[in-house]
Amino acid sequence: MHEMSIVVSIVEIAESEAKKANAEKITEMELDIGTVSGIEIDALNFAFDSIKHKTMLKDAEIKINIIEAKSICEDCKYEFKTENVYTLCPQCDSYKTSILKGKEMKVKSITTN
Amino acid sequence: MCITCGCEGNENEIKMTVFGEKSETKHNEHTHSHGHHHEHSHSHEINLETNILNQNNLLAERNRGYFEAKNIFSINMMSSPGSGKTTLLEKTINDLKNKVQLYVIEGDQQTMNDAERIANAGAPVIQVNTGNGCHLDADMINKAVKKLNVKNDSIVFIENVGNLVCPSLFDLGESKRLVIMSTTEGEDKPVKYPTIFENADICIINKIDLLPYLNYDIEIAKNYALRVNHHLEFIEVSATTGEGMEKWYEALLKMQKTQE
Repeated sequence: MHEMSIVVSIVEIAESEAKKANAEKITEMELDIGTVSGIEIDALNFAFDSIKHKTMLKDAEIKINIIEAKSICEDCKYEFKTENVYTLCPQCDSYKTSILKGKEMKVKSITTN
Repeated sequence: MCITCGCEGNENEIKMTVFGEKSETKHNEHTHSHGHHHEHSHSHEINLETNILNQNNLLAERNRGYFEAKNIFSINMMSSPGSGKTTLLEKTINDLKNKVQLYVIEGDQQTMNDAERIANAGAPVIQVNTGNGCHLDADMINKAVKKLNVKNDSIVFIENVGNLVCPSLFDLGESKRLVIMSTTEGEDKPVKYPTIFENADICIINKIDLLPYLNYDIEIAKNYALRVNHHLEFIEVSATTGEGMEKWYEALLKMQKTQE
């Protein structure tokens, strides 16, 4: 389950920034996660819940912004919403599609006190 | 804190062993100093917009710079367990070791078995045992490549942990990514595990010697893979019989040359 290493990275980013600001704890954290980023939100939450008690995010409210994926067809230039990376172009059936959006995995912001 | 379960104990040690040398065990180096902080009376928001894998990606770029400076061609080999990564490497080492200097970084959760096979084939090898970890990361490669003392103008094969999911997200600083499918798996592996195929440059379809005995349709498999990544190039081989291996060597040496 790679989500644990993802969570450890998230905690390291958040804690290092909070410490720079001399904060004692993090009260909120906002993440951007794309639907085709390769991160399972349920696995992410599960991994986070199992380690948060020993981090500065112990009592933090976590907001996850799910970024819906969008693809473009390289043949007919049609842009469409998608749930995966292998859907054929709904307009011309081409498989030459590329993801425009939905691969995001970011710590957007933290709130400290 | 370790990356495999978030623990702070020693159960999940990363172990690196250059074949033929004494092993060295160390925990992944994460420091957790929770020092004294001054109380702040008001809360404030810090905008970060930081990629979650930023740390790994930065290290991967460092590895990439190291490889480029030494003119090393590195290839990250990913597949499910049992698709024939090690057999492909053994055959490749046997056939190419007199033409080009080859090194192998072997990723497995446990055992030195693969390193032993590679050493017997005739290439310097370091075994990275990830404990419970499901993938290699840029930090492990950074350490492994230094321990291996890789010479200039060589090829480094990085055999990732057999897993079609987790390795795909972690940039190691490699020059190219190779995904291996084998004819004993389902044709629909590329759409079941799309991320790994999406991020690959080349796809080897192994065990073609078994095609007469299986219901595997190679064109269906390629078609699925192309739906995920239409830039993917295919090479069909049998690492056991040697069929198709010349094409693989040609592609490999061409990629190495193009990098120069």
